[in-house]
Amino acid sequence: MNARRLFALVMVACVAATRALAAENAPPGAASCTGCHPAKPSVDTSVPPLAGQDADVILAAMHAYRSGQRPATVMDRIAKGFSDDEIKAIAAWFGPQR
Amino acid sequence: MTEPRSTRRRFVRAAAAGVAASVFPRPLLAQGSQQRIVVIGGGFAGATAARFLKRADPRFNVTLVEPSPVFAACPFSNEVIAGLREMRAQLFGYDRVATEGVIVVHQAATAVDGRARTVTLASGAKLTYERLVLAPGSDLRFDALPGYDESAAERIPHAWKAGEQTLLLRRQLEAMDDGGTVVMTLPALPYRCPPASYERASLIAHYLQTRKPRSKLVVLDAKDTFSMQRLFENAWQEFYPNLEWVPVSSGGNPTAVDAAAMTVSSDFDTYKAAVANVIPPQKAGRIAERAGTADRTGWCPVDPITFESRLVPGIHVLGDAAIAGAVPKSAFAANAVAKICAAAVAKLVRGDTPAMPKFVNTCYSLAAPDYGFSIAGVYHPVNGQWLEVEGAGGVSPVDASRAFRNQEAKFANGWFNTITSEIFG
Repeated sequence: MNARRLFALVMVACVAATRALAAENAPPGAASCTGCHPAKPSVDTSVPPLAGQDADVILAAMHAYRSGQRPATVMDRIAKGFSDDEIKAIAAWFGPQR
Repeated sequence: MTEPRSTRRRFVRAAAAGVAASVFPRPLLAQGSQQRIVVIGGGFAGATAARFLKRADPRFNVTLVEPSPVFAACPFSNEVIAGLREMRAQLFGYDRVATEGVIVVHQAATAVDGRARTVTLASGAKLTYERLVLAPGSDLRFDALPGYDESAAERIPHAWKAGEQTLLLRRQLEAMDDGGTVVMTLPALPYRCPPASYERASLIAHYLQTRKPRSKLVVLDAKDTFSMQRLFENAWQEFYPNLEWVPVSSGGNPTAVDAAAMTVSSDFDTYKAAVANVIPPQKAGRIAERAGTADRTGWCPVDPITFESRLVPGIHVLGDAAIAGAVPKSAFAANAVAKICAAAVAKLVRGDTPAMPKFVNTCYSLAAPDYGFSIAGVYHPVNGQWLEVEGAGGVSPVDASRAFRNQEAKFANGWFNTITSEIFG
C-alpha cells in the first residue's frame, strides 16, 4: 500500500469515526425524531426533514409548539416533553447534518 | 516530493496510529480483533439496531439473524385486511441492510448460550458474540384460550403477524355472504400494539359497511378500557352502527373457541361466526425464553438505559419482547429504543458509559381510511424505570375537525414511509 492510499484510508476512517461519534452521541430524544422526520427528502411524507434544517428554525418551532402558539396535530404534545436545554441540543445536532 | 519514501511512510504510520489511538480508545484496538455483535430478529427493532450498530462503528462485525428474506410489516396491515391496501406495500427486503455492511444470515436461531456467549443456528452452526441483541417480537400463545391452537389459526386467523394470516383474514371477509356476523376477540394487556386491535375493528366495520352492509361485527374484549378509547368510540358512534363492542364487564371476556363449529364463547354467550379473528394472548418470542431472558410473565425485563437483560448479562432485549416500564409495544418505540440500545452497546463495547436516553413515541390509528388520530408520549428513565414525562404527550383532541383527522391520517401514512425507509431503505 502506498503512502498516499494509506493516508486517504486514515482520513476516511477519521471522517467515519467523527460521523459515528456524532450519531452515537445524539442528544437525548434526538434519535427518535427520525421515526417521523425523514433523513432523505425522497421519502413520501408531508413531514419535513430535520437534518440540515437551520438550528434556529428548529429551536423557534419547538418553542412555538411547546407554548401552543404554533398550531399542530402532534408536535405540541411532543414539544412539552423537552426542556430549553434539550431543545437547544436537538436543534444544534440536526442543524449541521448534511 | 523529495522526502525519502521511508520517512514519509513512517510519518503516515505514526499519524495513523495516533489517530486510531485517540478515536478508537481501549479494548477494541488493543485486542486487534473485530467485536462481533449478533442481532436476532429483523423487524422494526432488530433491523434498526443492526444498522445503527454498524453506523456507530464500521469496524463492528454485526450479524443479523433473521429466517425470512422478506419482512412483512404489521403497521397498516389492517388496511390490507380491509381491502384498502395491497400486501406488497407491507413487504421489505434486507438488501440495503446488507449494503451497509451488516452480515445478514437468513436462518432461525435455535438456541442461545448466555454463559458461553454463543448463538446456535438452525443449520447447527454457532456464532460467538461479544454482545447479543434479541429482538424476536412477540409470539402468540396457543395454550391460553381453550380451542385456539395453531391448527385452529388456519381456520380462524389471528392475523397478528403480518403475512399469510393477513391475507387469509382478508379472503375470508371477501368470501363471506352479506348478513354474516364477524366476531373478533381481544386479549388482556400486555400484547403487541393494543391500539391496532381497535383500528382493526374499525376498518373491518368499514369494510362491512361498504361491501357487506347487512353484516355486523362483534368485538369480545378482555378489557373495559383501552388507549384512545373516546376517540375510537366517538368514531364508531358516528360511522359504524354495525360494530358492537362487548367489554369484559358486559361479559365480553373470550373464554373458548371452536374452530370446527365456528363459534366463539364469552363469559355470557356463544356467538356463531361467519368469519372470526382471534387475537390471542402473547409473550416474548420463543428464542427470548430459550435464552433465559424471559421471566414468569413471559416477557423480558431489561435495564432502561442499555436494554440489557436483567436476567442474562451480555444480552440486550428490544421491541415487543421487552418489558421496560411505560415503553409501549409499538413499531415506533421499537425503532426508537433500538437506536438508544445501539448507542449504548457501542459505548459498552469500548468500555465507555452510555448516556441517559430519552425518546418520543407516536402511534397513529385509523378509524376510517381518511380519519386518523394519535397517541404520543415522551419517555425517560426515572429510578431505573421508563416513565412518561409528565405534562407531555397524550391523545388527539376529542373535538377536532374532520380536516384535523384527515391530516393525521396523512401523517400516519408518512410515518410508515419514513420509518420503513430508515430501516429498510
